[in-house]
Amino acid sequence: MSDLLSLLSTPKEATAFIHHHMGNFTIGQGLFSVNADELIMSWLMGGIVLFVAWRVGKRLSLDRPGRLQSVLETVVEFVNNQAKALYPKADPLIGPLALTIFVWVIVMNVMDIVPVDLVPTIAQVVGLAFGVAEPHHIMFRAVPTAGLAVPTALALSIFGLTLLYGIRAKGVLGYLKGYLSHPFGIWLAPFNIAITIVEEIAKPLSLSLRLFGNMFAGDLVFILIALLGFSWFALPIQAGIGFLWTAFETLIILIQAFIFMLLSVVYLALASDAESSH
Amino acid sequence: MSIGLTLLVEIITFALFVYAFKKLLWKPLMGVMDARQARIAEGLAASDRGMEALQKAEAKSDDALREARDQARDILAAANQQAVQLVEQARETARTEGDRIVERAKAEVDREVQAARESLRRDVGRLAVQGAERILKREIDSKAHAQMLDQLAAEI
Repeated sequence: MSDLLSLLSTPKEATAFIHHHMGNFTIGQGLFSVNADELIMSWLMGGIVLFVAWRVGKRLSLDRPGRLQSVLETVVEFVNNQAKALYPKADPLIGPLALTIFVWVIVMNVMDIVPVDLVPTIAQVVGLAFGVAEPHHIMFRAVPTAGLAVPTALALSIFGLTLLYGIRAKGVLGYLKGYLSHPFGIWLAPFNIAITIVEEIAKPLSLSLRLFGNMFAGDLVFILIALLGFSWFALPIQAGIGFLWTAFETLIILIQAFIFMLLSVVYLALASDAESSH
Repeated sequence: MSIGLTLLVEIITFALFVYAFKKLLWKPLMGVMDARQARIAEGLAASDRGMEALQKAEAKSDDALREARDQARDILAAANQQAVQLVEQARETARTEGDRIVERAKAEVDREVQAARESLRRDVGRLAVQGAERILKREIDSKAHAQMLDQLAAEI
């Protein structure tokens, strides 16, 4: 208990604080280590959505949708409209895929505007209660999308799907021919190969790094605001900046989720477009 | 620190989530929305059909009304015509009857006049003979002069 009190009352030391919030809670050693904090938070946030969806789905109403049902319907319809606009062919996977990306990324991003100390402190308290480690050694990243693993996992999944869709649309040979003949025609095949490979790799890379960079930076700014430290004099300024940044981040959260969804569908649409040489 | 395993787990998580989202969120809600859309479309179509039926019924009732009015007008015209015809016929009958009566009366009168004239002539003849008898007294032999007297009577 005294440890806990000392934890709450210790003055914040900048390096340790940042390390503490941005470092990962890792389990395992070396190649087999996993970032448990990212897994827990991503499962938790996705699970909450699924739980709500399950609760709502048990009593769907045609005539008198409840409030939650209306909200979910709005989201699903929005995603469906976007997906249909960008991917005109009927595909059983595109809709649910876009919906999953959009909703899951939003709810993971939402952890960004939860007070920075809340989740790590809970993690420390839990860690202390179960005697896992000293509170000062427990690091916890509350925003899964501010780590590299989740955005990269999403981007790589999309990349894999673009390969599958491309091969499905054009056949293996047709797909490989795209590397030879695009964008300069077959006579400049070596350049084409280099350029197309860079292009293909740039897609998932930019997709994941965009989300990661935005959320990491946003989280970092919150941490820096928290590091202004407590004093009666600075409190209004700190609260004001915090409020402004929260408002800004609320936009970023939605926009990044939207962009991620949109680009995923666009990449899949490009890949499955048999006419295009991509 | 390596994110390889985390990455792998998150990819699997993503795949499972896509499946779960499809099962729990996408399909039920799309089903509800599609059903609602179908119901709305059905309602609109039904209202369209009702509108059409209404218009058809209105047109039909208009037709029936117009037909009935036409028929009534025809019937009225026919009745009028018939009435006029009847009156005309009655008038004709009355006129011919009257003419006949007048004709008959005229003939009667003629006959009466003729008869009166005949009797008058006979009376005049007789009176003339009587007068002459009285004036001439015996000088006249009724037998000798009967032929002459008859001639005289016929001349009157």
